Amino acid sequence: MTTNGAAFQAVEVSRHYTMGDAVVRAVDKLSLEIARGEYVALLGASGSGKSTLLNLLAGLDRPTSGAIFANGQDISAMSGEELARHRNQTVGMVFQAFQLLPKMTLEENVELPLRLGETPRAERPARVRKALDRVLLSARRAHHPSQLSGGEQQRAAIARALVNRPSILLADEPTGNLDSKTGEEIMQLIEGLHRPGGTSGAAGATEGMTVVLVTHEQGLAERFADRIVTISDGRIAHEVRR
Amino acid sequence: MKAGDLLELASRNLREAALRNTLTTLGIAVGVASLVAMLSLGVGLQAFASRRLERTGLFDSIYVRPRQSAARPGGGGGFGRPPADADANAASVSPDIRPLDEAARKEIEALPGVIEVYSEVHFTAEASLGDRGQLTTVAGLPTSSDSNDAFDDMEGHFFSSPDAAEVILRSEFAQSLADAANIQPAAMIGKTLTLRFPQRQTREADAPGVTPGKPAAATTRTPSASGAGSAASMMSDLGMGFSIVPTEKQFTIVGIVVTGDPGVGPGGLGGSGAYIPLKVAETLAPVQGSDLREVMDEASASGSEGGVRYASLTLRTDGPGAVASAEAAIKSMGFSTFSLLDVTRNLRLLFAILDMLLGIFGSLALAVASLGIVNTLVMAILERRREIGVLKALGASNRDVRRLFFLEAGVMGLLGGVFGVGMGWAIGRLIHIGTTIYLKRQGVPSEDIWSVPWWLALGAIAFAIVVSLAAGIVPASRAARLDPVEALRYE
Repeated sequence: MTTNGAAFQAVEVSRHYTMGDAVVRAVDKLSLEIARGEYVALLGASGSGKSTLLNLLAGLDRPTSGAIFANGQDISAMSGEELARHRNQTVGMVFQAFQLLPKMTLEENVELPLRLGETPRAERPARVRKALDRVLLSARRAHHPSQLSGGEQQRAAIARALVNRPSILLADEPTGNLDSKTGEEIMQLIEGLHRPGGTSGAAGATEGMTVVLVTHEQGLAERFADRIVTISDGRIAHEVRR
Repeated sequence: MKAGDLLELASRNLREAALRNTLTTLGIAVGVASLVAMLSLGVGLQAFASRRLERTGLFDSIYVRPRQSAARPGGGGGFGRPPADADANAASVSPDIRPLDEAARKEIEALPGVIEVYSEVHFTAEASLGDRGQLTTVAGLPTSSDSNDAFDDMEGHFFSSPDAAEVILRSEFAQSLADAANIQPAAMIGKTLTLRFPQRQTREADAPGVTPGKPAAATTRTPSASGAGSAASMMSDLGMGFSIVPTEKQFTIVGIVVTGDPGVGPGGLGGSGAYIPLKVAETLAPVQGSDLREVMDEASASGSEGGVRYASLTLRTDGPGAVASAEAAIKSMGFSTFSLLDVTRNLRLLFAILDMLLGIFGSLALAVASLGIVNTLVMAILERRREIGVLKALGASNRDVRRLFFLEAGVMGLLGGVFGVGMGWAIGRLIHIGTTIYLKRQGVPSEDIWSVPWWLALGAIAFAIVVSLAAGIVPASRAARLDPVEALRYE
């Protein structure tokens, strides 16, 4: 099986949980290929297994069986250290609840992946500034998350996801905690990362990122994604390429 | 993650829960302070005891005697008895055993670390301030006895020179003399004390004829007119190579020793009433216990052949550290030796046990404090569950998370250790001040029984860090094993 050109390739991937005597098949023998530069929306109802699949792609979780390749590397066979490097360098994650550390300023939050990636100190300020510029939050860099609106927090989280220049952006319900207007802004921002020179207004993008968006809002998926993969009971129910 | 970044994150995390972490650190500090306080007391007491014992002069001294003939009944077997008895055995030397003579004395004196070698002079005399005399024992003191702590609080002063005709009285004997003279003891200083004693004089006419290994010819010497005190007609035919002449000499009283016996020889001089410079005592040639034994012993006749033979010699080294090597060298010369080094070893063992016990008691508080660290870190894991999840999502490995929690425990240990040493030192100073005030009120000079040496301070800090890290092992491992997916879900 070739993985050339694929950002992700999931092969017969399962993720089962044991709860007492019952086995929950969150992801069940799912195979999926996502090309580099592709924008894929994982659509499904709550509990369908879409977030579990995203966590497997992110390297936050390991599959019970099957294999996942990211840029040609089998992440299911990686050591803990290698998987941590994958999370730090290959993918950037955006969460529904933003997941900014409340005691840190925006600048410090955005700097975290650089610290974890052992980026030289001298390079960090410029990288942080550039990432915040990209989400139009440079003026708020000394503020704490609690001083920001939900949309601003999510933009800060996107800046944090971008600061290590990953090739893949994984977004788990990024608009779930936002009103529709702000959600639209965030989706435009992500669209700008996927299609540099698009309508997001974000500056500095040179090549399109691979985006995997988890959402339960079909409208959003249809408006922004190149492909919509509907997940149901841990399996792909159907796919629609736009 | 690099060490600098880990340290920054750890410091930030500690600052964020400032109150809880301060209290935990304070708990460690109290534990360390307790440990330092206990061990400082042990170390201080040991230093105090060593200081006092060294000042007695007993622990840098070696007592040398000729080896005893195994065949001789009653000859003794080395140093099991105090020196007064040792003198009595001096003559029991076989012809094939090396005598302790002037040549041996010079050889011993030349050994490295030996600062002086002297024989013991200890005799009975009648001391009088006026008409009435009182019997007492007089001892010769080497000049090095000046450093003996027995003379620290004396009235008057030590001998002005090694050959001064001066005497220091022991307080009890001084009181007895003062009562007889109906004056205050302190008023005796500067007055003249007359010592009347039997003097040993070699019979010049007979000496050359003495045959080695045979008893000296029995002679009687006419009383000497030089014995200024009595009629000096006590000479009798005792069958010995010397005469005994009653003699008297006048000394100026320069001091009164308030405390006990100045330590000369193993066990001291056994209650001497008066002390005169050793050099002066040697020139007086008073009759001692060993002289009488010499008379009784056939082998003693060889003593008059080659000059002076010593019953025993005492040597002082420049410190207790030089005792072992000097002792070995003297033994290889063919003499028996005795020192209190073994006693010192036992003392060190005793203090090691004491330190260990104090350390265990002190460590108990630190053990309790370590539970505080465990509690704090476990609480931190619960509170920072989401943070751990975020760190992992952003690329932190299990190792990074473990190191972060470990470092936080280590920083608390370091700070607690430093504060604890400071607190322990402060407690020590307070107790020292308290004991000084108490001792002053009791009229006793203050002594420092508290010591915080640098190795104890550094050791306590290192111990606090080790204990804290050990306490952090379980929480850090739990934090590292945390499932990031679960952690990110945590509200």
